Amino acid sequence: MEALISLFVKSIFIENMALSFFLGMCTFLAVSKKVSTAMGLGIAVVVVQAVTVPANNIIVNAFLKPGAMSWLGFGETDLMFLGLICYIGVIAAIVQILEMALDKFFPALYNALGVFLPLITVNCAIMGGSLFMVERDYGFAESVVYGFGSGAGWALAIVALAGLREKMKYSDVPPGLRGLGITFITAGLMAMAFMSFSGVQL
Amino acid sequence: MADKKKLVLDPVLENNPVILQTLGICSALAVTSSLQVSLIMCLALTSVTAFSNLFISLIRHHIPGSIRIIIQMVIIASLVIVVDQILKAFAPDVSKTLSVFVGLIITNCIVMGRAEAYAMANPPIPSFLDGIGNGLGYSALLVSVAIVRELFGAGKLLGVVILPTVNNGGWYVPNGLLLLPPSAFFIIGCIIWAMRSWKPKQREKVDHQILHVQVSEHA
Repeated sequence: MEALISLFVKSIFIENMALSFFLGMCTFLAVSKKVSTAMGLGIAVVVVQAVTVPANNIIVNAFLKPGAMSWLGFGETDLMFLGLICYIGVIAAIVQILEMALDKFFPALYNALGVFLPLITVNCAIMGGSLFMVERDYGFAESVVYGFGSGAGWALAIVALAGLREKMKYSDVPPGLRGLGITFITAGLMAMAFMSFSGVQL
Repeated sequence: MADKKKLVLDPVLENNPVILQTLGICSALAVTSSLQVSLIMCLALTSVTAFSNLFISLIRHHIPGSIRIIIQMVIIASLVIVVDQILKAFAPDVSKTLSVFVGLIITNCIVMGRAEAYAMANPPIPSFLDGIGNGLGYSALLVSVAIVRELFGAGKLLGVVILPTVNNGGWYVPNGLLLLPPSAFFIIGCIIWAMRSWKPKQREKVDHQILHVQVSEHA
């Protein structure tokens, strides 16, 4: 249990998806102009991440790993090279299912998150979460915690950046630096602040 | 001929995918701490973009609109698997350093963005060139960031010592910050600043103009 809690804290702060691995940067920089939209996208990422990482974990352990298909009588078949195409397929399918399910059962939530869901398929933070899960060989419980934690970390980072950018409207930024340029530098400063978490021992 | 040259060269300076279209930033930040790794990443990305554009453009009349994203994904993912396997076979060290970032080419928005914006509407040869051009635009930025980071952060380029560091009996005190990930943000921010000061056309429209009010002095 303790190991899971420490993994959770680690995946939010110390190994923050956006600010220490720079995953999901494109949406991170493009959709962080307003706190309310950033919040919506953040929640959508948490949900999708918490579903896709465990789902990919099951797929890896039941089908792709060397010898994993022995329950189907294939013995030592190693399908790891098909990994990438499976993960992205799972992610695209889950996002699509989630979109339809939300539309049917939670129309209010769908209206709030709907526009962000297609964006999430190509969000590298989601794909990165699954790839890290495979690389670090997480078990099922760990992958649930890691998926939720890393999604929450990404959401935290984008909401914080959106808050900073809203305030920045009032600052006199040099003309060439306005927009994307200053956002990069702000994100850099935030990343430095987050690096101070890396000294935390859990 | 002039058209084709424009297709390849335009994305490098005039319409750079990273600087102007905000595409493909993740890997630009994460793999640039050494030049060799960045060069391989550029090569991988350029070839994936070019070939995915080519193949998607070849079958563009047969792709039903509603499932086009999934079809594009499958083509891109297959190409990335090929690249990944080649790297694992011929450059295992680099493949280890790049770790998940080769896989992340799939979700690199440059590949997807060009497939959607260009290859779906244009014939194969121009699409192929457009892919190469955008790959080069990405490479130009990646390589310049990597040169700054490796040269001033470690005093080396491609592993060859250029500025002998103090620790090895030289005179150069390396800037350790440049080897850390956040420095990439600052370098790209400054490159954007430089580009936009040089070509004011690329500046973003401001939604909020700050008024410069002349304060008149009353006696």
